[in-house]
Amino acid sequence: MSDHNYVPSSKIGKWFNDRLPLLSLGAHLADYPTPKNLNYWWTFGGILTFCLITQIVTGVVLGMHYVAHADLAFESVEHIMRDVNYGWLIRYVHSNGASMFFLAVYIHIFRSLYYGSYKSPREVIWIIGMIIYLLMMMTAFMGYVLPWGQMSFWGATVITSLFSAIPLIGESITSWLWGGYAVDNPTLTRFFSLHYLLPFLILGLVVLHIWALHIPGNNNPIGIEVKKPSNNTVPFHPYIVIKDLFALLLFLILFAFFIFYSPNILGHSDNYIEANPLVTPTHIVPEWYLLPFYAILRSVPDKLLGVIAMFASIFILVILPWLDTSKIRSAIFRPLYKQFYWILFFDVIILGYMGAMPAEGLYLLIARVATAYYFIHFLIILPILGNKEKTISLPLSISEPVLGKMLKEDMVKNEKEFTN
Amino acid sequence: MKKNLPIKMKNFFKLVFIIFILTIFFSFKVFSSEDTNKLLSTDWSFKGFTGKFDRASLQRGYQVYTEVCASCHSMKLLSYRNLAEKGGPEFSKEQAEAIAANFEVTDGPNNDGDMFMRPAKLSDKFVKPYENIQQAKASNGGAYPPDMSVLVKARSGGANYVYSVLLGYDDPPSDIIIEDGVYYNTYMTGNKIMMPNPLSEGLVEYNDGTIATEEQMAKDVVTFLSWAAEPHLEARHKIGFKAIIYLIILTILAYLSMRRLWSRIESKV
Repeated sequence: MSDHNYVPSSKIGKWFNDRLPLLSLGAHLADYPTPKNLNYWWTFGGILTFCLITQIVTGVVLGMHYVAHADLAFESVEHIMRDVNYGWLIRYVHSNGASMFFLAVYIHIFRSLYYGSYKSPREVIWIIGMIIYLLMMMTAFMGYVLPWGQMSFWGATVITSLFSAIPLIGESITSWLWGGYAVDNPTLTRFFSLHYLLPFLILGLVVLHIWALHIPGNNNPIGIEVKKPSNNTVPFHPYIVIKDLFALLLFLILFAFFIFYSPNILGHSDNYIEANPLVTPTHIVPEWYLLPFYAILRSVPDKLLGVIAMFASIFILVILPWLDTSKIRSAIFRPLYKQFYWILFFDVIILGYMGAMPAEGLYLLIARVATAYYFIHFLIILPILGNKEKTISLPLSISEPVLGKMLKEDMVKNEKEFTN
Repeated sequence: MKKNLPIKMKNFFKLVFIIFILTIFFSFKVFSSEDTNKLLSTDWSFKGFTGKFDRASLQRGYQVYTEVCASCHSMKLLSYRNLAEKGGPEFSKEQAEAIAANFEVTDGPNNDGDMFMRPAKLSDKFVKPYENIQQAKASNGGAYPPDMSVLVKARSGGANYVYSVLLGYDDPPSDIIIEDGVYYNTYMTGNKIMMPNPLSEGLVEYNDGTIATEEQMAKDVVTFLSWAAEPHLEARHKIGFKAIIYLIILTILAYLSMRRLWSRIESKV
């Protein structure tokens, strides 16, 4: 940590900073010592912050034109698309922004899994991150309901009906969520209200997430503690800022392709049909980023157990720091974990794929195997692996090259530069 | 500094590649469950990075809509003014006003408290063929002719799907029994459609002398419907093209700046 005493150079700056140390905060953020060996997987934190701000800004503007009423919502969205100046752009940024947000958050989470960023002393960062992720899913789900198309309506019906599986109080909870006896106008208005509220809770949690990060500092690909500051770290500004900016711009190019050239490809065409409680779509599918959980839900034959499995699959991530018994963070030094990591990665992809398929025959069987493996990975493999696995010995510092082509090349480079 | 480049580039490509694979994977699989027959397609002028609507085709398409489709299908999200707006059929203001004046709308109440009929103005929405869904159903053997404002976006397959359905009428295979008032269509989901084949050669007489074959009419009306579903498509393509070029240039500059800044660091390891 850079617990230096920052003194503003100007008198007025000093006066203000003594009363509210915002300038000290700025100086801390700029000087924040960051391991210099962070790779591009570490740029997604910045990208995610950008995504959140984009969603809030575009969402606030959309909220000015949107009408949260079952009879008017669909047309008000079309009004935004047609008559509001650049309304189509704002809406497409917002709707594709949600997908981009989840793409980035999944990369961020899988990066953390690979490099063991959730381990001591970073458990609290991880837990806050998981709460953010949970809130993101709730926010995105409720946002998808707002256009009041067929998928909005039926998605809302399916997901809220899950709560009716709870014994005794399930039915009451469901009608409490609906504000009536079916998904209808009261459901829409409360979803709009909450969809507007939750992002600001996420924003608050992001501040805590970053705060908690700045106590131990960043993990790094090698996964050993780095003395901060030292010649193994660089100040956040300008080194990490410019790197994050570069990565963000690359991400924005991809984002722009979606917005401008296939804005509806990530959505479902049925959502351009106005909600109709009398007509059920042939397949009710959630947005792509919720599909793995949807697959877990459907792969359990009992409704209540399915709901429990779905929530457990998220909760299990919260307690991950204690399930993974290995002291070694980075998968680079854990040859077995590395393989299991990739199996888990493809397991989740398969789950996502099965979530989009009808729950029958072979699809259902594969989904069940994949669901079982998901839990086996966290509950059985990780605890055992930590004790049994033969790990590769850790280097003394992140500058000391150990293994891997990349590090060797670095070593060669350094030698040459030293001899020069 | 230069020797470092391949490593960085490799990481960078790895990242881009994985993002690419993931997005492709997710974007296709959502729709893969709905694949039916391979849809018919034609050379849509509005596809691609710089795709624009064919103005003449849009105007012909409006003619097909208003002479054929509009007797059953509403387009409640469109106004007559849209016909004269940039990026659309771009009728002149006078032409659009004349089109609007062909329709009667209910207005009021006037100072006596009465509703009255008047010719439509540019600001009016397209007049609907039926008062309500029930009336539409009653007049069409129980089937509701869907509103066509966003029809192209509301069907998986989009323009190709609507085009295929329009040209997909055929005699049913011997093993399929078709009831009265239901028609066989190769591309319609479930192969059964309540709408009789709406197009026949020479059904409309185009003002510009284009020969009104079934394919031509289908192409024109689907072009029109595609514009109706996405009236700002041209602006979107145009802005998108500029935005992406701008982003690429900015990315290169950011990359160069990054190389410059980091060159101070790496030699100090």
